[in-house]
Amino acid sequence: MRSGSILEKVLADGKFAVTAELGPPKGADPQVIIDKANILKGHVDAVNITDNQTAIARMCSMAAAKIAIDQGLEPIMQMTCRDRNRLAMQADILGAAALGIKNLLCLTGDHQSFGNHPEALGVFDLDSITLIKMVKDMRDVPQFQCGEEITFAPKLLIGAAANPYADPFPFRAVRLAKKVEAGIDFCQTQIIYNLEKFEEFMRQCVELGVTERCKILAGVAPLKSAGMAKYMKNRVAGMDVPDEVVERMAAAEDAQSEGIDVCVEVINRVRDIEGVAGVHIMAVEWESAVPEILSRAGLRAGSGS
Amino acid sequence: MIAAERKPFEQIKLVTDQFENILVVGCNTCVAVCLTGGEKEAEQLAAELRLQRRNDGIGGSVETVTVLRQCENEFVDSIAADVEGKDLVLSMACSIGPQLIAERHPAVRVAPAMNTNMLAVVQKHHVWSEYCVACGDCGIFNTGGICPIARCAKQLLNGPCGGSQGGHCEISAEVPCVWQLIYEKLATFGLEGNLSRIGGPKNWSKSNSGGPRTMKKEGFEP
Ligand code: SF4
Ligand code: SF4
Repeated sequence: MRSGSILEKVLADGKFAVTAELGPPKGADPQVIIDKANILKGHVDAVNITDNQTAIARMCSMAAAKIAIDQGLEPIMQMTCRDRNRLAMQADILGAAALGIKNLLCLTGDHQSFGNHPEALGVFDLDSITLIKMVKDMRDVPQFQCGEEITFAPKLLIGAAANPYADPFPFRAVRLAKKVEAGIDFCQTQIIYNLEKFEEFMRQCVELGVTERCKILAGVAPLKSAGMAKYMKNRVAGMDVPDEVVERMAAAEDAQSEGIDVCVEVINRVRDIEGVAGVHIMAVEWESAVPEILSRAGLRAGSGS
Repeated sequence: MIAAERKPFEQIKLVTDQFENILVVGCNTCVAVCLTGGEKEAEQLAAELRLQRRNDGIGGSVETVTVLRQCENEFVDSIAADVEGKDLVLSMACSIGPQLIAERHPAVRVAPAMNTNMLAVVQKHHVWSEYCVACGDCGIFNTGGICPIARCAKQLLNGPCGGSQGGHCEISAEVPCVWQLIYEKLATFGLEGNLSRIGGPKNWSKSNSGGPRTMKKEGFEP
């Protein structure tokens, strides 16, 4: 085992993994995380703890991940390259491992202009791919990025994100292959609504041998309203929401229930696609939807079965 | 070239209002091509200042002089007679100018009239685009002669990131995704496969991050 995490075991056993997302609060109250963790606990194998998501300052992902551990929920700590340089990142990686965090998701991060501190300096000393390589070397060699030896290696399962809907499309599977080359064990994709494009992306991943070396979790999310569908379609960078999904949400009497149904249908479709090893449910600020989605999809956390 | 633009008049006036005899110094190289800080623009600013100061009842004089380059000692030294007796020198060069004037004429106060923005190309008339941030370790042979350090919003060495859509950067539909351009450029040579190689991490010690830099030409005594 590389990390000894539950997620690693579920994936290694070939079980269909289920992960969700838990956003830390814009404040210092640990209870927010405790409450969210208790909604998700028992339903998912692990939860992503976001890192200043969309460049909005929040409680740090390491502290929130530790609180999740204390609640009996396994965290996937997210780390972006936007807010810290390689020194700070390595310090945080060692600290996270020392606190019992076993999964790390490596991201470049949204540009600071999206968030609530657009005047901040964007660090970007590394990018997601050089971060992945650094974490792998810290774990497996083990050495720091500078080449110095590490005496007690951080045992972390390494993850990344992949967006099949970004351009140029022929490069998206190649870029994921680069992340595999750099050292990831798993990846979670952008939220999927356009299934045809995702299927093509997965075909390319299979062809490139990505799926043999990396477990791919398909990203899904329940839409709450037609407005949210439109917003995601038009305003969120890197999203692809087909018109028929927007129309379906607009026509629905009970939009929330319809949103969950759409999400369940996506889950059922992606389960049949070769190379898909699990789903990552992004119900941001709607954690209570996760148990409902899983029950309608007839899914249980791999660790729970 | 270095691209710089004039600060708003309101901001300049906050400084100039505190002084009596002012010398506006134009620079006839980059900022003259930018049409922001050459001889003509220096005279324009001086005229604006004179009018404002007359209306506001501020005494003293506003004169101008323009040199070929404010980044070289000999040109900056040549304005000694003009600087004499002035309370403030207002430089219209890139921000190298006011620093060198302050260094070479230590008795006088110096202020910048410009904001220095970037190392740029003239994209089209009156539009400048950043092409280089002087990182000290040029790697653009690997990226089709296109710089991701200066032109990617996140300085990625392994783009395009997941925010690249329709050829533009995630930060704005007005900003081209430079990694899309790099991909297309390499594809014209059939080399887009090169992008499957991992780039970086970058050595920032050669950049300004490594501390202020000096450059010496070997074999020459300073
Ligand atoms: S790589 Fe460095 S030196 Fe080369 S163009 Fe980019 S910023 Fe300038
Ligand atoms: S969209 Fe392109 S230019 Fe913008 S940050 Fe991503 S790779 Fe860089």
